[in-house]
Amino acid sequence: MELGRRAAGMLLPARDQEATRIVAPNRRSLFKGGLAALGGAMLAPLLARSAQADAASGEFPPGDPDWSQSVGPGVVDRPYGRPSQFVKDVIRRNVPWLTATKESSVSFTPLQHQDGIITANGLFFERYHAGRPTVDPARHRLLIHGMVDRPLLLTMADIRRFPSVSRIHFIECPANGGMEWRAAQLNSLQFTHGMVSCAEWTGVRLSTLLDEVGIKKNARWVLAEGADGAHMDRSLPLEKCLDDCLVVYGQNGEALRPEQGFPLRLIVPGWQGNVNVKWLRRLEIGDQPWFTREETAQYTELMPDGKARAFTWLIYAKSVITFPCPEMPVKGAGVYEIRGFAWSGRGRITHVDVSFDGGINWTRARLQEPVLPKALTRFTAEWRWDGKPALLQSRAVDETGYVQPTIAELRKIRGVNGIYNNNSVQTWQVKADGSVFDVELG
Amino acid sequence: MSSSARRLPAAALAFALVVGAAVPASAAETADEAAQLAKSAPTVAARSDRVEHYGYGTVPSAQQIAGWSIAVLPDGRGLPPGSGTVDHGADVYAQQCAACHGTFGEGEGRFPKLVSDSKLTGDQPTKTVGNYWPYATTLWDYINRAMPFPAPHSLSADDVYAITAYVLNLANIVPENFVADRESLPKVKMPNRHGFILLDPRPDTADKECMAHCRTPDEVKITSTAEGKDLTPRTAGPLDEMQSP
Repeated sequence: MELGRRAAGMLLPARDQEATRIVAPNRRSLFKGGLAALGGAMLAPLLARSAQADAASGEFPPGDPDWSQSVGPGVVDRPYGRPSQFVKDVIRRNVPWLTATKESSVSFTPLQHQDGIITANGLFFERYHAGRPTVDPARHRLLIHGMVDRPLLLTMADIRRFPSVSRIHFIECPANGGMEWRAAQLNSLQFTHGMVSCAEWTGVRLSTLLDEVGIKKNARWVLAEGADGAHMDRSLPLEKCLDDCLVVYGQNGEALRPEQGFPLRLIVPGWQGNVNVKWLRRLEIGDQPWFTREETAQYTELMPDGKARAFTWLIYAKSVITFPCPEMPVKGAGVYEIRGFAWSGRGRITHVDVSFDGGINWTRARLQEPVLPKALTRFTAEWRWDGKPALLQSRAVDETGYVQPTIAELRKIRGVNGIYNNNSVQTWQVKADGSVFDVELG
Repeated sequence: MSSSARRLPAAALAFALVVGAAVPASAAETADEAAQLAKSAPTVAARSDRVEHYGYGTVPSAQQIAGWSIAVLPDGRGLPPGSGTVDHGADVYAQQCAACHGTFGEGEGRFPKLVSDSKLTGDQPTKTVGNYWPYATTLWDYINRAMPFPAPHSLSADDVYAITAYVLNLANIVPENFVADRESLPKVKMPNRHGFILLDPRPDTADKECMAHCRTPDEVKITSTAEGKDLTPRTAGPLDEMQSP
């Protein structure tokens, strides 16, 4: 009988299935009401409500919910899948008051909902300087020229012919946490830390392309430029380009998302987000940096003495607890698993410590494999909460031995006008009622 | 300060001081110093000997390369022929720029200000072309590649020169009779020309991996909280449209 019902469902034209979902009789209701003789289909609405009532009254199990007694939509109902309708709140979000327009702005990844090291492609944070261009891959070109032996113009098909590699790397905007330099401002993990995401990138090594064109001896720098309206451009040392940079077309097993530079972007592992130029269309090889607007007026850090640090590309070790956090409070004393991410642009995370008392005492967290260089790394730690107010922190150490600093230590050296490269320890205040707040300690 | 300075290699510190505090004679000199940061000569020499090639793609024509080569260097390389006066710039600026940046560069709403008397050492300084940008060539380059915001890279070279001249005049960097062209722009002395430290001085903190009794309970004080500040957009439900503060 069970098989028969399923078979009947399968025979229905796909479009009709949602409307005429076959709901099986709830056995208990059936006997109770003495309705066994009636056809299941006629009873469907009544019995579905009954199953819901069971759930609402806390009685199921033993009852079956309606989705367990029906046949759902068939294959290719959604030829390109999407998340469950019940996780609709898990989306990129912006801070509307932060920027003059949405076209030159940023959105934040909901890290409070990210369960692994890979950020879902639809949730990868956005940063545009002139909006998200719609680039036709058939009409996209990559030009490589300047101090080279053989300038080259490549189509996407050409680029895909070169030997390919896949690597997992995070990308973080150096302005992540930039609103927190003066004081705790935003009561949200998504808005204090959501300008970092991580993906598996597939493409060709930049060194392969540079070998192909032949770099002249006095060359030292490479200008990477995008095809967006900003013609976003940054100067990069040739040494880094030859080391581990990638020119990628794949993101987590599918084509780059338009938000991340479709059809082609640069990946500069471990370096600040904006140098990972999206919609990449030009690489010029030269003998000095161009001092573009984005490496002078922007993405430079003003120090207390009025001087500004430029070319501070590296992302230094950083970590944050993603549970609990302001969006994910705790409920009552008991055992909790602290969860979080750590990352460093200078290599692997070697360990993460967590504190429950604002940094007086620390406990070693567990790192979850894989622990990859220049990638998000998951950590967990057990927390036996006694229900009293607590101050949660995490502190990352990377393979260089560098220890993630406190905000107080950073401020002592850099003041509060730097905007960028705030990699400080985050403090979450947990109140006795389990609510969580973004705070800073002296 | 002292603890962080001690952590830096002595040579790196000395170099940072030279680049940051000394006054190089020319744009090219600073650029040379920056170029040294790459330290990539040995690698490059080895790679240029490579003879095998995949042979994919095509050789671009000189015209194709010229069309996309829009980047301008501080020494003026990359600037096209043409010129523009402050007067003509005022006209083009009024049509193309003032709606966002304000008639006198004061900025409308949250759009960028172009001029400011703000001191860079003050509280919440405003960084603008006048008090922050180190090179006038960068101004030409950026206007040309990215402006006007709704129609980037749509202005003639002459108009870009003219707007550049007008903005530099607004910032009191050049006189009213200034004519911007490929010869004059690299020679403009920007007020913050030597305001940048080109070698990353990090790591600049010396936090330790202390595990127990790292601070006394008295030292653990909350100095600020986001609680009660009405700045955080909602993180559940539809996207927030809050425009405060």
